[in-house]
Amino acid sequence: MIKVENLTKRYAGVTAIHDLSFEVEKGEIVGFLGPNGAGKSTTMRILSSYMPATSGRVSIAGFDVFSQSMQARQHLGYMPENVPLYPDMRVTEYLNYRATLKEITGARQRERVGDVKELCALKDVENRIIGTLSKGYRQRVGLADALLHSPDLLILDEPTIGLDPNQIRQVRDLIRNLGKHHTILLSTHILPEVEMTCSRVVIINRGKIEAADTPENLVSALRAAGGIRLEAKVGSDDGVAEICKLTGVKEVTVENEEGWSVFTLRTDSRTDPREELWRLANDRRWSVRELSRRRATLEDVFVELTHGDEV
Amino acid sequence: MTKFLTLLSREVKSSFYSPIAYVVICFFLGLTGLCFYSGVGFLSRGATERTIIEAFFDSVPFWIGFILIFPPITMRVFAEEFKMGTIETLMTAPVRDWQVALSKFGGVLVFYIALWLPTLLYFVIFQQVAKAEAANAMGAYWGSYLEILMAGMLFISIGCFASVLTQNQVVAAVISFCVITFFFLGGLLSFFTPNIAPELRMLASYCSVLEHMGEFSKGMIDSRRFVFYGSGTALMLLLTHQVFQFRRWKS
Repeated sequence: MIKVENLTKRYAGVTAIHDLSFEVEKGEIVGFLGPNGAGKSTTMRILSSYMPATSGRVSIAGFDVFSQSMQARQHLGYMPENVPLYPDMRVTEYLNYRATLKEITGARQRERVGDVKELCALKDVENRIIGTLSKGYRQRVGLADALLHSPDLLILDEPTIGLDPNQIRQVRDLIRNLGKHHTILLSTHILPEVEMTCSRVVIINRGKIEAADTPENLVSALRAAGGIRLEAKVGSDDGVAEICKLTGVKEVTVENEEGWSVFTLRTDSRTDPREELWRLANDRRWSVRELSRRRATLEDVFVELTHGDEV
Repeated sequence: MTKFLTLLSREVKSSFYSPIAYVVICFFLGLTGLCFYSGVGFLSRGATERTIIEAFFDSVPFWIGFILIFPPITMRVFAEEFKMGTIETLMTAPVRDWQVALSKFGGVLVFYIALWLPTLLYFVIFQQVAKAEAANAMGAYWGSYLEILMAGMLFISIGCFASVLTQNQVVAAVISFCVITFFFLGGLLSFFTPNIAPELRMLASYCSVLEHMGEFSKGMIDSRRFVFYGSGTALMLLLTHQVFQFRRWKS
């Protein structure tokens, strides 16, 4: 659906994205992640044929976004960051206007505008002036606009930014539903959301792709894939040395908390030494008050891959 | 074509949605009313060779008002879209750059024509009341309004060009005001400095909106003026289109 080959964009002296290549297959929901200024919006603007790349090729549904821009635009719905809308228009008026620009006219226009208003729950504000709508409603108007021509591909730049938790949940559900019929590329900073909705993740940093895989694979490939926590009273034993002997344990640290020793184990991602650990504690007659595993999240992956930035 | 008309009607509507439109309309109708009033006053003082058309279109307050209306009606067109970011939604719909650029120009032009329509009433009333033959000189009416239309097209295209240069409406207004004023005053060069070179004087009179109006308001319709205003407007629109594309690609 999307094919990006060696995409590079330079602004006066600054390379915003450098030699980016990735593909998005039909039916996927792909999360496009990266710290601020990593080049996400730039990439999305090129994909949506708002601006041309310095070099490289992008095709949407088989159409080159630069030389066959009009056809490519017919196949994609784009919602820019912050959802710019005309504040002086009414919701239905705006959607009708957008529909005509997208070559949807007559009876089909009435039908489609009705459908997207239904889908994005805009019925109760359809006659309001857009300038008076809340952020959440505006977001939905933007989404409704992107969906008007039932495009094969949706590109959403930060669709949940600035929304309250309820609205985020609503938008997330909406996106998940849309994913049944559309291919979606979305950028966001809310990582749990990506884990819940996206089938694949592309992480970029400083204009380069750092990783592209399913969220599960990314998490399990992570060096610090989770950890195990044991709170026990080990008496005179050298707990750290004993635990280090277990298979799959890479590193053990210990802290003291209210007379209990708190061990934090780093393990490799494929082994789970909890059972062995429990046996060890039983054999040595340690009293245990907690044994738990913390799973690595996409957030850990994100921080790991992009943390060099703050320097 | 449907797309162009949709874009155009959106532009026309948004001209009328903005409060600036009504300020301009009030100012403009007040001013032209005053010019008409003083024109009638001038004619009633006794026999003169001037017609009401000349007296109306050839007064200083009229021209000052005339060049003042362009910045506020054009400053918004591109600057606002860039500022609000709506240019991004607009230009990712399947529309072409020239359609957008031309619809912005067309939208302001429609507003401008609507601004002028009520002034026809002045002359209708004058004809009814004066019943003078000179008041019915159709050539002078056609000529004057044609000149107003053509000069308007040129100045609107300058205003559109100023607006595409920046995302700040005030800056756009100042740029278009300066360019239009310089252009206008340039035409008056021979009045200010009588001793300039004849080539320069010719150039100044070729560009002088005032002199053109002098001819047109007598009913002398000179085809050279069509070429002048037509090519000037086309050039400004072309530049607007180029800068528009450039800015979108740079942003």
